[in-house]
Amino acid sequence: MRLSRIPLHYVWRNLFTRKLTTVLTAGGMALVVFVFATVLMLEAGLKQTLTATGLAENVVAIRKGSQTEIQSGLSRQEASIIESSAPIALNAMGRQLSSREAVVLISLQKKGGTCSKSDPPTPPCTNKPANIVVRGVGAQGLAIRPQAKLIEGRRFLPGSAEIMVGRAIADGFEGVQLGASLHFARRDWTVVGIFDAGKTGFNSEIWGDAEQMMQAFRRLNYSALVFQLRDTDAYASTQKKLEADQRLTAEYKRETQFYADQSKVMASFISILGSVLSAIFSVGAIIGAMITMYAAVANRTGEIGTLRALGYRRRSVMLAFLLEALFLALLGGVVGLILASFMQFFAVSTMNWQTFAELAFSFTLTPIIVLKSLLFALLMGMLGGFLPALRAARLQIVDALRAA
Amino acid sequence: MSQPAVSLRHVSKHYLRGGQVIDVLKDIDFDIAPGDFLALMGPSGSGKSTLLNLIAGIDQPSGGQIIVDQVDIATLAEAELADWRASHVGFIFQFYNLMPVLNAQENVELPLMLTTLNARQRKEHASLALEMVGLSDRSSHYPNELSGGQQQRVAIARALVSDPSLIVADEPTGDLDRKSAGEILDLLGQLNTELGKTIIMVTHDGRAAERAHAIRHLEKGELSALEMLQPAKV
Repeated sequence: MRLSRIPLHYVWRNLFTRKLTTVLTAGGMALVVFVFATVLMLEAGLKQTLTATGLAENVVAIRKGSQTEIQSGLSRQEASIIESSAPIALNAMGRQLSSREAVVLISLQKKGGTCSKSDPPTPPCTNKPANIVVRGVGAQGLAIRPQAKLIEGRRFLPGSAEIMVGRAIADGFEGVQLGASLHFARRDWTVVGIFDAGKTGFNSEIWGDAEQMMQAFRRLNYSALVFQLRDTDAYASTQKKLEADQRLTAEYKRETQFYADQSKVMASFISILGSVLSAIFSVGAIIGAMITMYAAVANRTGEIGTLRALGYRRRSVMLAFLLEALFLALLGGVVGLILASFMQFFAVSTMNWQTFAELAFSFTLTPIIVLKSLLFALLMGMLGGFLPALRAARLQIVDALRAA
Repeated sequence: MSQPAVSLRHVSKHYLRGGQVIDVLKDIDFDIAPGDFLALMGPSGSGKSTLLNLIAGIDQPSGGQIIVDQVDIATLAEAELADWRASHVGFIFQFYNLMPVLNAQENVELPLMLTTLNARQRKEHASLALEMVGLSDRSSHYPNELSGGQQQRVAIARALVSDPSLIVADEPTGDLDRKSAGEILDLLGQLNTELGKTIIMVTHDGRAAERAHAIRHLEKGELSALEMLQPAKV
């Protein structure tokens, strides 16, 4: 179907007869789309990192009402009751795949230097202190998290003051290299291994023996109990059963959901900030497009009159100018997206406000973001192009021809 | 006698300017036979271009009837009028009015976009029209690569490509040197005699007007008597 009947190459070539204006206007739109896409990529990166942290078959039990492990407290007795009543998977040795965990925050010094991408992301740029999650895990703590793979050294020995650090910590912080000694909770801890958990939150953690951590931090309660279900579909029934137990005060979430929930506050903040910024910037870009298109209409008044005289309807003329604005916007959108795609080579390390712990993640470009950004660009083109196109369509033929 | 190609009955046109009514055309009444070649002459501001615009359906009269090929175009709605123009009228302008971003071939194809012809047929028709005006070898040239006379020939090809029965020309030689003007007038004459097109031409130039079969003079919005130069050939 020939939408406007006016040939598309007429619309397209007109954009390139005024190269400078086109480049400047599309450039303005590209910047707005860049900001828009970058913010969405940041949000997606955060969500993806936290969602990827958990496994669907794992369940996290924390005290009811506590959003994070840091705020939670779970007594030894409660942990035992859960372990005895939940359908927990067994390993080859017949041991239950569950981990009683103690999670605390310590402060470490970030490395200085430049921002660069490594896979997984490196926390960059500053040498300020940051909060790091120290996770004391149970005997099966590593078994239920197969995504964390040892890449250097060895695992910590249970019952010892040994720790292993996530790769993002190893790369981004001072004094955590293999063999180094870290002083916290009035003890010295030796780094014996470095693990890589891919693009997950675990990469920004330090792991050690749970019982050692409990003693050192003088804790009586665990932070959480994490266990693997025998059958992942049994989650709902298990949750119901455990919640019905009067002796327990915990709540139970799939590990995937648990970490996804931790991204909510920050993700929605990023999203709102991004939307507000993009909206404000887009006003400028829309006005830019409008000025460009009004100028195009003014310069081509004679052509508009001629087209109308030849038999093109007002609607066709309107569509032709709208299409021109949309092409312009699409051009800006594509350039903005290309620029934004380079952001994937950069990583961010910042504090997750929900857990108060440092989290490393990268800008992530998804097909949805590409689609949203292009639609956003087209919307700007539509808004900027509408009034000029309307003016073009409303010109009286005789007046337009006289202006030729 | 056959039906006239164009028939004007009590056509008037006035504008409102600064609260004052300005009469541009007053009670115009005349017929043009099919295949006729009429020149409209008159001083600037006499209303000759306005009259041409009314007949071509790009302006609306304040009163009266304009019947072209038995259709009273003054009663047509705007969109209908646009469709009517596309199929019935070919336009030739003083300054050619070609689209600068389209080459000769594409400019000529422009009116055909409004027809049901497919891309190949449009190309064929446009090539044929360019051949008729002697510009086959310039089909890929853009307007700024053509001389004034050549541009006007492209415009003539554009005017005849959709095979309209009526061709209106507003000062078609006004921007051309004498030689080119002569060539354009020859072409118009050809369209009239060989293709039987009814042509109405507004001109200042007495020499151009002499190519027509008849001349009508307009003065202050009123039509003078018909001045016959040669009989209409149908």
